[in-house]
Amino acid sequence: MRTKKTFLALTAAAVLGLAAAGTAQAQDDPTKACFIYVGPIGDFGWSYQHHQGLLQVEEELGDDVETAYLESVPEGADAERAIERFARSGCDIIFTTSFGYMDPTNKVAAKFPDVKFEHATGYKREHPNVATYNSRFYEGRYIQGVIAAKMSEAGVAGYIASFPIPEVVMGINAFMLGAQSIDPDFKVKVVWANTWFDPGKEADAAKALIDQGVDIITQHTDSTAPMQVAAERGIKAFGQASDMIEFGPETQLTSIVDDWGPYYVERVKAVRDGTWEQVDVWAGLAEGHVVMAPYTNMPDDVKALAEETEEKIRSGEFHPFTGPVNKQDGTSWLAEGEVTDDGTLLGMNFYVEGVDDQLPN
Amino acid sequence: MLESILITIATAATPLLIAAMGELVVERSGVLNLGVEGMMIMGAISGFAVALTTGSVWIGVFAAILVGAAFALIFGFLTLSLVTNQVATGLALTLFGLGLSGMLGEGFVGRPGLKLGRIDIPFLSDLPFVGRLLFGQDPLFYVSLLLTAAVAYFLFATRAGLMLRAVGDNHTSAHAQGINVVAVRYLAVMFGGACAGLAGAYLSLVYTPQWVENMTAGRGWIALALVVFASWRPWRVVAGAYLFGGVTIGQLHAQAQGMAIPSQLLSSLPYLATIAVLVIISRNRRLTMMNTPASLGRPFVPER
Repeated sequence: MRTKKTFLALTAAAVLGLAAAGTAQAQDDPTKACFIYVGPIGDFGWSYQHHQGLLQVEEELGDDVETAYLESVPEGADAERAIERFARSGCDIIFTTSFGYMDPTNKVAAKFPDVKFEHATGYKREHPNVATYNSRFYEGRYIQGVIAAKMSEAGVAGYIASFPIPEVVMGINAFMLGAQSIDPDFKVKVVWANTWFDPGKEADAAKALIDQGVDIITQHTDSTAPMQVAAERGIKAFGQASDMIEFGPETQLTSIVDDWGPYYVERVKAVRDGTWEQVDVWAGLAEGHVVMAPYTNMPDDVKALAEETEEKIRSGEFHPFTGPVNKQDGTSWLAEGEVTDDGTLLGMNFYVEGVDDQLPN
Repeated sequence: MLESILITIATAATPLLIAAMGELVVERSGVLNLGVEGMMIMGAISGFAVALTTGSVWIGVFAAILVGAAFALIFGFLTLSLVTNQVATGLALTLFGLGLSGMLGEGFVGRPGLKLGRIDIPFLSDLPFVGRLLFGQDPLFYVSLLLTAAVAYFLFATRAGLMLRAVGDNHTSAHAQGINVVAVRYLAVMFGGACAGLAGAYLSLVYTPQWVENMTAGRGWIALALVVFASWRPWRVVAGAYLFGGVTIGQLHAQAQGMAIPSQLLSSLPYLATIAVLVIISRNRRLTMMNTPASLGRPFVPER
């Protein structure tokens, strides 16, 4: 028994010694940046764009950085194991890139105070080493709503949604408000796919919506399948996360492109310089985190209107969530001229007036 | 609208049907191959890649069948010749297939693929209501039904089919009768792989003509469940696949209609329906036992 204890103590000492040596050398060693993705990097959507960010980090920091990533990590208990594995393996900064990683990220962060954690799209920063970052996709969705109302002949758009979390609900509302700014009677039909990524199911959802009479499709799931279905059926659609024009050269109106690269480079550099601090970044069109793909397949006047709307949002002249706005049940939410605060948006769990769907709890 | 809903259901059911039909033959020979998902995704990537490279969808389909069979051969060699554990080997095959396909497919991400068009028979395809449904679908839809008829005929009306079932029910007796158990199982496993490969090609060339990683999204597992659901009878697989497809599509339409049912519940309906039918079927113990291949999953080493 005794020998065993000694052995253990020795091992522990050795490990500690190594760890100490590791910290001392931190400046010379490459900084290790690790990424956890919810989908495969080949989804050509959400995870693909995050991976493009990783590639940009590699490109700009060269030998100063070492990267690692895990793809298709399910949200929940598995995520915690994956994050912890990364933390143990010597990552200096870990980006967890899906909403469902929020609690696991904070849990692991408590155990590894020296590792920096960056959680995308969440709002919990329970420890000083956890930062959150997100993009104001709703800005792009508002523009899409404007275009949809201009382009739709049926006056109904189909919305393929993933999970009823604030991020998605916010997107539906922004789209609705954009459309209502053109056509107060515009309708949105929502189908919840209950998945982020299943090309077959997303295609089925698109078909169902088109069969129900919508002539514009927009999606908050990650694959290019809905775009292809729209192309096949000869209606228009919006891309998601990346520019999907290749999948619908005559179909895509525009796409909200997520550009995470600049943020990732900045944050990894901050870890390297020792200037990393907890932040809560929520950037949009103005900062270049949200980029609109070229406006295509629409008349010039619609294009001009879209560009004008984009410019107004970018310059801060207009906020998509500006009153008067009523909630779905008709009660007043924002008074005339009132602009919502970020907190309400990030916790959004209600529809605005006009959305033709029951919000799942 | 009903017509287009039915067509969508057929599209959703066809890949499940093809993959399940292959697995049914494998299981009838007494082998449990849990690698359907892996073989399917290999079929999806090879079909997509070959079609895009050669410019011919049919060569792609053919390549998917070959790759599926070749991939299944790995499973066959491990479990039949080296007598490894079938469950573990099948799971490994799935993981291997998902990983390998992702690697092979890296250069094909984000490229629109070729689509296998639907057939168009003059006059017949234009008939009201049934025209498009019966005479205007993609060719693989017809293949899936012909495949079912062929498997049903083979298993229950031919001598070779009887041999295959004998091997699956009692490999020792079959061996004693002079049937080459291992050879029969090799052929069955490869047939299963070929079908899974074809089902994969259906996904990447018909259903959603594109390549993205994990695009099978669990359909291989559903195919496996359908075989049990069908209690190893070919035509019941058709019923199962269309029931599953029907509920999947139906719930999307219910949502689009704005029906006030929680979408999570609707999304789980296909699975709930499958479980419900399974429970009902398995209540008749005698019938279930009669159809289950008695040697399913049991290894066989011929005495020398």
